[in-house]
Amino acid sequence: MAGGVIAWITGKRSSLFSRYISLAALFIDFIIVVFIYFRNGINLDKTWLIEYNTNWIPRFGINLHLAMDGLSLLLLLLTFFIGIIAVLISWKEIQTNTGFFHFNILWILSGITGVFLSMDLFLFYFFWEVMLIPMYFLIGIWGHENRIYASYKFFIFTQASGLLMFLAILGLYLVHGNNTGTYTFDYQQLLVTPMGSAMEMLLMCGFLAAFLVKLPVVPFHSWLPDAHSEAPTAGSLILASLMLKTGAYGLLRFVVPIFPNAAASFAPVGMALGVIGILYGAKLAFSQTDLKRLVAYTSVNHMGFIVLGVFAFNELAYQGVVMQIIVHGISTGALFIIAGQLYERMHTRDLNKMGGLWEHIPVMGGIGLIFVMASLGLPGLGNFIAEFLTLSGVFKSSILFACLASVGLVAGTIYSLRIMQKVFYGRQNSEHKMKDLSIRESIALGSMVIVIIYLGIFPQAVIRTAKPSIMKILNIKEQSFDSKTRKVDYELFNSVIEKEVSKAEK
Amino acid sequence: MTNYIGLIPAIPLLSFLIIALLGKFIPRKGVAILGVGSVTLSSLITIVTGVNFISSHPDGGAWISTFYTWINAGGFSADISFRLDSLSLIFCFVITFVGTLIHLYSIEFMKDDEGFARFFAYMNLFVSSMLILVLADNLLLLYFGWEGVGLCSYLLIGFWYKDPANGAAARKAFIVTRIGDTSMIIGLFLLFVSFGTLNIESVMQQAPVKWSPGAPLAVISAILLLGGALGKSAQLPLQTWLPDAMAGPSPVSALIHAATMVTAGVYLIARMNVLFTLAPAVQTAIAVIGAATLLIAGFSALTQHDLKRVLAYSTISQIGYMFLALGVGAWSAAIFHFMIHAFFKALLFLGAGSIILLLHEEHDMFKMGGLRKKLPVIFITFLIGGASLSALPLITAGFYSKDQILWLSWSSGMGSKWLWLAGITGAFITSLYTFRMIFLTFFGELKIQPKHKPGLLMTIPLIILASLSLVGGFIELPDNLGPIRLFSKLLTPLLPAITLSNETTPEWMFQIISAIISVGGIYLAYIFFYKKSAFSVSFGKSRLSYFFYKGWEFDRLYDILFVRPIVWLSEINKKDFIDKIYTCIATATGFFNMLLTKTQNGKLRWYVTVLTAGIIVLLTIMLIL
Repeated sequence: MAGGVIAWITGKRSSLFSRYISLAALFIDFIIVVFIYFRNGINLDKTWLIEYNTNWIPRFGINLHLAMDGLSLLLLLLTFFIGIIAVLISWKEIQTNTGFFHFNILWILSGITGVFLSMDLFLFYFFWEVMLIPMYFLIGIWGHENRIYASYKFFIFTQASGLLMFLAILGLYLVHGNNTGTYTFDYQQLLVTPMGSAMEMLLMCGFLAAFLVKLPVVPFHSWLPDAHSEAPTAGSLILASLMLKTGAYGLLRFVVPIFPNAAASFAPVGMALGVIGILYGAKLAFSQTDLKRLVAYTSVNHMGFIVLGVFAFNELAYQGVVMQIIVHGISTGALFIIAGQLYERMHTRDLNKMGGLWEHIPVMGGIGLIFVMASLGLPGLGNFIAEFLTLSGVFKSSILFACLASVGLVAGTIYSLRIMQKVFYGRQNSEHKMKDLSIRESIALGSMVIVIIYLGIFPQAVIRTAKPSIMKILNIKEQSFDSKTRKVDYELFNSVIEKEVSKAEK
Repeated sequence: MTNYIGLIPAIPLLSFLIIALLGKFIPRKGVAILGVGSVTLSSLITIVTGVNFISSHPDGGAWISTFYTWINAGGFSADISFRLDSLSLIFCFVITFVGTLIHLYSIEFMKDDEGFARFFAYMNLFVSSMLILVLADNLLLLYFGWEGVGLCSYLLIGFWYKDPANGAAARKAFIVTRIGDTSMIIGLFLLFVSFGTLNIESVMQQAPVKWSPGAPLAVISAILLLGGALGKSAQLPLQTWLPDAMAGPSPVSALIHAATMVTAGVYLIARMNVLFTLAPAVQTAIAVIGAATLLIAGFSALTQHDLKRVLAYSTISQIGYMFLALGVGAWSAAIFHFMIHAFFKALLFLGAGSIILLLHEEHDMFKMGGLRKKLPVIFITFLIGGASLSALPLITAGFYSKDQILWLSWSSGMGSKWLWLAGITGAFITSLYTFRMIFLTFFGELKIQPKHKPGLLMTIPLIILASLSLVGGFIELPDNLGPIRLFSKLLTPLLPAITLSNETTPEWMFQIISAIISVGGIYLAYIFFYKKSAFSVSFGKSRLSYFFYKGWEFDRLYDILFVRPIVWLSEINKKDFIDKIYTCIATATGFFNMLLTKTQNGKLRWYVTVLTAGIIVLLTIMLIL
């Protein structure tokens, strides 16, 4: 089984240059993950669902260690779902260099997959870089007018922060080696690295740099609107739905468990950054006239909830974060698709040139309405569950930040309704004769609608799957954590803690 | 029996899905049958369930029907679960029954509209969300319905989307109510953190145990919930969205912005009555807000020209009465007035809608007139509705419901003569503006010829609602008129009974005063607006009148306080100044790069000079140190 995991990742790298093949490859991956999900549906609480571990460069303690738990399972489902949709929607948009385009898409996706599966920090960094370069090509070759600038900006931001993380990884490797005698990049072993608090803070900052830039958190966000608005639709989709999530995943998987004390002391700053992201993103979203830039800033707004939740350190908030990772991937992705489809039809992204489109394209209007409502957090759609869980979790640890973030809900309403008004309502500003969604586009968007509603009404599917991983992260954090400094709900997961402790000792 | 509860909201939801997904392929007749049929069916189920419920007296006063666990994470749990008790039963009845009549009416009203299917889809979705709201057994599910009706309200106000003004009105409604909603969701967080659950029943049981009356947390959470109620029910200071919401089709105004959704705030407060009882200060605030709102909105209604805007302000004012009642602890009186108000206000909106439709979309009352002879059915039903609104004594239902509130606002333990005075002044203004509207519209000379007579689908709902506006009051009579107290008896175990203050003045004195006030208002309206006395004409031109006309300039105030700063904020820093910092870094790098490139000019003489200069500088530094 674990060999299959490897096979699909390596298999994809050499994949042939055609739409059908990439579609088929992603579809097979999707089926495999679904299969894993159902096969392991019952015993979700063991450490890893599947694991594959072999020596790679044993001299430096580098292993090819891949493993999957509930959290990565969910993220993989999202990855391949979005991947399939990305291929579907670029069917017609991309006419030049199609083979290389699909090569890049698959390469990015395998990088992301690797990031979600790696349990070896060296390997993790390797995949982190793998997803970067093809994205650079994707923006630089198939993007819009200002693509070269945007792709450079994207590359420099992520590369620079990635290098900081690499330094931190090496630092962690050396510290662990010095203190325990075993030099290894293995995640499980590095988890229990003993280190001084100054060192912990320093190393954590290296990781944070990479993850916060990727998310992005406010002072580091400025690559995002350019990259998003210049990228082709599939690029924006993958960027928003998946690549940003690697940052969130990194926070959950690495920053919190490896550096629990540093993370705890960073928490007030982190939460403040989250709130700033929520409000600042909303404010900038409101003032944009470029549809894609607007949606890009809504991402900044939504990612603020993730940062906020991560630093609240409780199960409720973490469930919200996981939910937010998934639903934001779908809802914002869908808005990018709609922006892309409008661009295909009207050749503009300027909101002032749109208006009154409902009359011609009611199906797209209806779907747009659903995702606009999702982005403002309407109950019944997945985003509400995410925001509710995150905020009520945050409320437990900091009432002030929760209230400030709730103000972001009103701001979210204002910018979201503006999309609806400018694009679909009002007078018609142009004489475009437009076709409504084709069958291919309807399948892509329709399946996203189904998922977002399903998650709003039956969120338990996600919550149950993510629960063991979240518990594990929180437990590891609890073990090396001074309980006097902070109030966290112990009773809730006391029983699970004991179970996990015994496991960790083995 | 309990499992049928789920069907009540499920049927309209199903019909919404069918119309929304397949609307293109269904002929208009099919859409109408689906849209109206679904609501009719759920109103029949409500009636059957209601009869069963009343006759069987279930344990604990409620039937609960749970479907599945919605969310269960980190100690929080919420079910998709409905709870039928007498309070939700009354709301369900009004929603489905009045809803059916309005849907029926809409078939004719909307028959030439291109968005026919879209209209019925939204209306069905609304009915379903509203039913979820009142049947919800936990506050999160209630919030689900709460936001659902907000969405439908947004969609239906902006139904004629081509006019940007309608879109603006729709957004205003959504954003203003959302401000209240945000306060409410923070309130939910607070309740959850305090009690570990959002189940209404257990919150209500735990609250008095954990919190003593007037405890800070109780007061804060009551204020936060009140914020939500004020937004939804268009009470001071969040009332400004409702008059603009009249941009939607008239059946929408009747159903959403008069009969049902805007009373959701009343429902919330009545539902959470234990919490509000624990916060007496907040309860007093509710009464004062209600009294102030009913006066402010009443004066505004007096000066409007647009027929529907009169009714909108009147709705705000009447909900003010309900808040007044809630504030003085007259829970059941508030719910009673809600029901009667739903009948006569829906009737008035439907009547106004027909008039506007038949007069070629003319909204201005001053351009109407003389319609009494031309549209007799509409005239008579509208007159009945108007009489009920102005609480014409003995024969109308509005008298019984409003009189109860007025009396209790004086005699209740929490009442005061000031509240009563506000209420009675409001009652006077009510009958003044109501009959101003009637005289201007139906009397005088005919100015615009109506297109045709309204069809049966329009008149039948009007007649049914008119008869309910007359006889609806007889189920709950004041003590001195008869022993019938069906309504409050139904609600007794659920809502706490009112405590009267010791020094009670006999009720009949108040009845006589309100009767005189009501008739006096009508008489004055006759003099002012039928005879057109000089005073009324000059007042109409005064600045005060304009001030009232603009809704006490609340819009302008908010524009200055909130809208303009926000727009200003979005104008500045459009380009995101943080980006500039990075651009600066890039430019600086480029600049130094350029400087350094210049040094490499390939001239040997230049290199030697610089080298020597460098050595001299270094040597000097070394010597000095």
